[in-house]
Amino acid sequence: MSPQLIWTAFSTIFRREVRRFTRIWPQTLVPPVITMSLYFVIFGSLIGQRIGEMGGYSYMEFVVPGLIMMAVITNSYGNVVSSFYSAKFQRSVEELLVSPTPNWVIMTGYVLGGVARGLIVGLIVTLIALVFTSLSVQHIGITILIVFLTSVLFALAGFINAIFANSFDDISIIPTFVLTPLTYLGGVFYSIDLLSPFWQALSKLNPILYMVNAFRYGVLGVSDINVGWAFAGVLAFIAALSAWALHLMSHGKRLRH
Amino acid sequence: MTAALSIRDLQKTYDNGFEALKGISFDVQPGDFFALLGPNGAGKSTTIGILCSLVRKTGGSVSIFGIDIDDNFPAAKQMLGVVPQEFNFSQFEKVFDIVCTQGGFYGMPRKLAEERTEKYLRKLGLWDKRSTQARMLSGGMKRRLMIARALLHEPKLLILDEPTAGVDIELRRSMWEFLQEINAQGTTIILTTHYLEEAESLCRNIAIIDKGDIVENTSIKSLLKTLSREVFILDTRETLEKAPDFGGFDGRLLDEHSLEVTIEKGQSLSDLFTQLSAQNIAVTSMRNRANRLEELFVSLLAENQPSSADKEAE
Repeated sequence: MSPQLIWTAFSTIFRREVRRFTRIWPQTLVPPVITMSLYFVIFGSLIGQRIGEMGGYSYMEFVVPGLIMMAVITNSYGNVVSSFYSAKFQRSVEELLVSPTPNWVIMTGYVLGGVARGLIVGLIVTLIALVFTSLSVQHIGITILIVFLTSVLFALAGFINAIFANSFDDISIIPTFVLTPLTYLGGVFYSIDLLSPFWQALSKLNPILYMVNAFRYGVLGVSDINVGWAFAGVLAFIAALSAWALHLMSHGKRLRH
Repeated sequence: MTAALSIRDLQKTYDNGFEALKGISFDVQPGDFFALLGPNGAGKSTTIGILCSLVRKTGGSVSIFGIDIDDNFPAAKQMLGVVPQEFNFSQFEKVFDIVCTQGGFYGMPRKLAEERTEKYLRKLGLWDKRSTQARMLSGGMKRRLMIARALLHEPKLLILDEPTAGVDIELRRSMWEFLQEINAQGTTIILTTHYLEEAESLCRNIAIIDKGDIVENTSIKSLLKTLSREVFILDTRETLEKAPDFGGFDGRLLDEHSLEVTIEKGQSLSDLFTQLSAQNIAVTSMRNRANRLEELFVSLLAENQPSSADKEAE
């Protein structure tokens, strides 16, 4: 396919993905807004006032970047895993598989569709956060780049989950038993300085800790970890997951017989 | 002339060891209306799956208009439109969006895709349903939706896997007319169907596949010529109380106004009518007892069955 045809195929997939999650906005855009608003009220305002400062900032200021990142991660992942698995379940994925659209364009279209939802939800959560606290972004480039790359990474993970999934149960196992624990233990609600050296070392094996802290560094200018390592790690994961996803597609894993 | 489709020694063995295709070969010429027939599980859908990349072949070669799918599958796919047996579109999308989106997957500019979507939805009687979610359509409408979608990029080769399954007679006839129209305009069509009258009415050439092998590949006319006997039902004007004298024909009385007569190869219908006429019996109408192609189909498959001795040997 020529670059022009590739662009047309990509933009068609991307537009369809955006149309899908905006069509069902009460299921895709409203729930994270409600959940995050509750986090802000309960953890930020009510409990946060009794906690005091963390990392040199009020607890509300500290927790906001983590909660934005949490919303971006879960929505990027959730969008792609549910959309691509639904396409498999309804067999509408065959529309794409029988077409000349290359595998990497299919993957990119779905992934950036998930990124679009993740970033839109992240933006909405940010606007809600501004009701509770003020945010002055310290490093705008780092903030935008890390949130975008994190969104890409988890959209890719959702894509791979959907390729392997054989039932709707299979698309909820990873978010429930892997993603949620790693997110909650990834420094969203606390600084790892509070932990004993053993738990600090263990926490540093959690990739989400690096992403949350890199984003927090971009917004607040403080981080528990080296931001350079965070970017290197995210880029390495993106490269590895992209290669894995393309390998699965080229071998027709659970897509072709 | 380059064949629209050329299949050579095509093999498929699934992961569970089932050998769905045992090395089939056949050609479909440009402009043909070709029937690919066979009982359930014969290998028809596997063959179609390989052509559209949903099934990975384990051996052999496939060329679409001279392009080997192993060399340049995307280019081959540009010439191919497929209407699958199962509904394979998002049930929650609108009819217009399902068809128009397909154009994008083939690299069509949005404006052109929209124009063609309108053209084919109108041709297939779905334009009024363009804003309806696909799940709200009847079974026949869903089939027509898949045909419209497959035609959007105006493929040179259209494959229809049982397109009229579950479609009422009136709609089936209108679909036949539509398919004949696009075939007359130059689109090569490959059809699989369980309605053998459909294959006999529409198709010029045929391949019959059974247990992963091609058991017949010829023109429909040639195949029908091999019929050694035909059984006709004759409706009579006179009320008959007993079977008339059939002369040299094998016949019997079905009821007081109809006869069943077997015409062997070499016998003439004129002789039969003369024989009946001599007994003051007038025939008002006649028809084949069963579809002719169906009779051949059944006999070919029966020949392909292992004999009881073979079964014991197994």
